Amino acid sequence: MNVEMISILSAGIAIGLGAIGPGIGEGIAVAGAMDALARQPKATGTITRTLFVGLAMIETMAIYCLVIALLLLFANPYVHA
Amino acid sequence: MAEKTSLINAPIVFHIGPVPIGLEVLTTWVIMAVLVGVAWYGSRRLSVTRPGRFQVVLEMAVGFLGDLIRDVMGAEPDTFLPLIGTLFLYIVTCNLSPLLPGVKPPTASFETTGALGLIVFCTVHILGVRRRGLVGYLRTYLQPTVIFLPLNVLGELTRTFALMVRLAGNIMSHELTIAVIIGLVGLLVPIPFMALSILVGLVQAYIFTILAAVFIGGAMGTIEKA
Repeated sequence: MNVEMISILSAGIAIGLGAIGPGIGEGIAVAGAMDALARQPKATGTITRTLFVGLAMIETMAIYCLVIALLLLFANPYVHA
Repeated sequence: MAEKTSLINAPIVFHIGPVPIGLEVLTTWVIMAVLVGVAWYGSRRLSVTRPGRFQVVLEMAVGFLGDLIRDVMGAEPDTFLPLIGTLFLYIVTCNLSPLLPGVKPPTASFETTGALGLIVFCTVHILGVRRRGLVGYLRTYLQPTVIFLPLNVLGELTRTFALMVRLAGNIMSHELTIAVIIGLVGLLVPIPFMALSILVGLVQAYIFTILAAVFIGGAMGTIEKA
C-alpha cells in the first residue's frame, strides 16, 4: 500500500460514507416539505424556497466530502508525481 | 499532469507585469463585458409608454429579483438590489457559460467563489455596523448569552466558507461528471446530464443569492439571524 493507493481508497470511502448522512437528511427534509405542501397548498412559494435553502445547507456536507475526495485524487499534497 | 492540475488550478493565459492571468479571470472579464453591454444596450432607449421587447425582459428580471429580496429579507429591495441582483445575474451567466463549447465556468474554481463569498462577508459586517452601530452589532454576537460568542464567530466564518465551497463544488463536480461520461460514452448520452447542469446552475445561483440575502438581512436585523 503506497500513498497513491491509500489516497484513492480514502477518496472513495470519503464520498461513499459522506453521501449517506446528507442522503437521509435530504429525504427527511423533502418528506416534511411534501407533507406541508399537502396540508397547505397555498404556502407553496414559501415552502419551496425554504426547502431549497435547507437542502443546500444539508448538501454542503456531501459537497465537503466531494471536495476532500477530489483533493485526494487530483491535488494530493503527499503525492509528488 | 497538466490536465490533472487544471481541475483545481487554472491554466495561465498571459501575464500583466508580474500578475499571472488565469483562464477563469479572462472568462470572468468576458462575462462582465457581456453583462455590462447587455444592460447598456437594453437601457439605452427606455420608454414608459412604448416599452420594447428587450426592455420588458429586463424589467421582468429586475422585478423577479426585487420580489425575491422583498420576500426573503422583508425589506424594500432598493438598497440591496444592485449587489444581490448583480450577484445573481453574474453567477447565472457563469453557471450557464459551459453551454458554449470550450468555455470553462469561472464559478467552478474556488478562487472566483471565494471572491464572491468575501464580498458577501464584508457586506454583511459593513451593513450590520452601519445599521446598528459598532457596539450594537458586536453585541449580537453575545446573543443569547456570552457563552455563545465562540460559536457565533465560528458560525460566521463557516457559513461563508460553506457558501464558497457549495457553489464551486457543485459546478465543478458537474463539469467533472460530464467529462467522465463523455470519456465513457461519447455520443448523445451526455446530453441529459448537460440539461441537468442547466438546472443545477440555476438552482445554485438562486441558493447563493438567497443565502446572501439571508445573511445580510440577519446582520441588519430585518429578519431573524440565520
